[in-house]
Amino acid sequence: MTRKISMKDAINEALDQEMARDPSVICMGEDIVGGAGAPGERDAWGGVLGVTKGLYAKHGDRLMDTPLSESAYIGAAIGAACCGMRPVAELMFIDFMGVCFDQIYNQAAKFKYMFGGKAETPVVIRAMVGAGFRAAAQHSQMLTPLFTHIPGLKVVCPSNPYDTKGLLIQSIRDNDPVIFCEHKNLYGLEGEVPEAPYAIPFGEANVVRAGKSCSIVTYGMMVHRSTDAAAILAKEGIECEVIDLRTLSPLDMDTVIESVGKTGRLVCVDEANPRCSIAADISAQVAQKAFGALKAQIEMVTAPHTPVPFSPVLEDLYIPSATQVADAVRRVMKGGRH
Amino acid sequence: MPAVTPIVMPKWGLSMREGTVNEWLVGEGAKISVGMPILNVETDKISGVVEAADPGTLRRKVASPGQLLPVKALLGVMAEADVPDAVIDAFVAGYVVPVDEGVGEEAAEAYQYAEIDGIRVRYARKGGDGSAVLLIHGFGGDLDNWLFNIDALAERNTVLALDLPGHGQSDRRLPGKTLKDLARFVAHFLEAVGVERVHLVGHSMGGAIASRLALDHPDKVASVALIGSAGLGNEVNAGYIERFVAAQSRRDLKPVVEQLFADANLVTRQMLDDLLKYKRFDGVTELLTELGGSLFGNGRQSELPGQQLGETGKPVLVVWGREDRVIPAQHAGNAPRGATVQVIEGSGHMVQMEKAHEVNSLLKKHIAG
Repeated sequence: MTRKISMKDAINEALDQEMARDPSVICMGEDIVGGAGAPGERDAWGGVLGVTKGLYAKHGDRLMDTPLSESAYIGAAIGAACCGMRPVAELMFIDFMGVCFDQIYNQAAKFKYMFGGKAETPVVIRAMVGAGFRAAAQHSQMLTPLFTHIPGLKVVCPSNPYDTKGLLIQSIRDNDPVIFCEHKNLYGLEGEVPEAPYAIPFGEANVVRAGKSCSIVTYGMMVHRSTDAAAILAKEGIECEVIDLRTLSPLDMDTVIESVGKTGRLVCVDEANPRCSIAADISAQVAQKAFGALKAQIEMVTAPHTPVPFSPVLEDLYIPSATQVADAVRRVMKGGRH
Repeated sequence: MPAVTPIVMPKWGLSMREGTVNEWLVGEGAKISVGMPILNVETDKISGVVEAADPGTLRRKVASPGQLLPVKALLGVMAEADVPDAVIDAFVAGYVVPVDEGVGEEAAEAYQYAEIDGIRVRYARKGGDGSAVLLIHGFGGDLDNWLFNIDALAERNTVLALDLPGHGQSDRRLPGKTLKDLARFVAHFLEAVGVERVHLVGHSMGGAIASRLALDHPDKVASVALIGSAGLGNEVNAGYIERFVAAQSRRDLKPVVEQLFADANLVTRQMLDDLLKYKRFDGVTELLTELGGSLFGNGRQSELPGQQLGETGKPVLVVWGREDRVIPAQHAGNAPRGATVQVIEGSGHMVQMEKAHEVNSLLKKHIAG
């Protein structure tokens, strides 16, 4: 049966089903049960935004409330993964990753390599990403490029409830460390999700909308801004192909290059800061691998190179809009050779 | 026959709400006969050809290529040459898209569920009168494989189509992996939905199940129609089965699914997405591996019940697409004596989708006896 549920509920369902399927799956994080010392009653809060609500009642002590020490429990999760568990650690805001970065980029990401391929680290670190939540510069970043940069980490950033469930299940079953980025402004987004468990393989982009005029390559919340832009542009006779990367590492460049081969035009949309972003990476790879297919300059639409502003007016301006994406596509359509 | 005949956006299947006009295949002024292809339309499921339901002369193309229009929207106007342009203008101006009773929530309700031998199956039932017809899809398919056939057959019959166990939206479990197990399950399904006697229409593996059912339960079966059917000869494209089962990405699946059609352009992104959504469910790969191994292992069909259908004395129709790349059209030559056999040119394994009009005509005639 398929029914409409929110992205938040899709995460909850994926965790619930994997915990039921595999006793080695455990969850840990701040307040994911109900707050320190809480008896774990059914209406416990379930994390800062209630994503894990109800899971404690079903799976008991396999969900652990941790002290307010990210470095301790992310390290513990990685250690447990090395010893045969499949921990899913909730880091709340990805901005907090800094205090536990050694465990992630220098330990978890390296174990398989350092131990001759014999060590597996099947840990998932779930974290909220993105701006638009009025949570200021230290709780609003889109740090996907930071993790994508590091070999040995897999990076996932879904845009809709269906993909969220299938990609989280795949993340839990995957034997490598996965940084699972959840856009906080998409938690309420509803979409059709089948009840039965399913896994979406990593490294397969989704062509959200087909078109032959210009390729828009993006991920996360920007998928929605980009499809909004595509709808505006369709009225002007510009047919955009919108590609949702779904996973940033591994990255499905084949689908991107196939699309650019068809359209000859590329706009990369990324909510991250522009320098060394996913948009910059895709642009560079297309320029290297498909230069001959390009009919015009590549455009990037990203956040500016500033922290996320706290002023609501400025924050709204900070996040790339459908209008900015549409303008970039129009520039690309006018530019270059015809 | 009214002076002016509208050509409207068809409704293919329960979930179709709108379609995009791809291209016109005839020009204004062309003489149209019944069944003639008039224009191409793309839906979220498949691209298809709109065929003329009435004869006449195409006087006006109302819809232009690229336009997305709701079901029953006016696409064009046919009228005899002596009908003045002003009458056509007035018809176009006054045309109102009728409210489609099968839209939205009601479309979802058109699917029903039944629990048979502990397995929950999805099915559709259409048309209230006339003898019952059961449509059985093939390996890896679902009831949407009959998108272009259900409504046409429901004009005169009660049409049932199910998702076989382990397929489509039915539970991902098998009642067994032999044709006998599957035929028994279908017999129990018919009992559960209160159908005593039925015309069986089976595609591919569904044809082999239909044949087995007719042999095992002749009392339940009025006639058998086999489309690109298994169970009539040994050969089967083992590479197709293997690659279909193994494919996990759109890039792997696309060339496999394109093998099903003579015209690869009919394969839409949505068709592939729907198939991937099914194939990603836990257990599907294992289930298809098991079933495929049992029925089509090593590139040989393990059971050939279709060859024994002559013993039943039931009317048999055998339809094949000439360019079938999954089960060769030569197997039509193994049809039981007395069967009606039709091999359709320019069509592949999914002949009931690719040449829906011809297949529907053959089925209607066969079922009417």
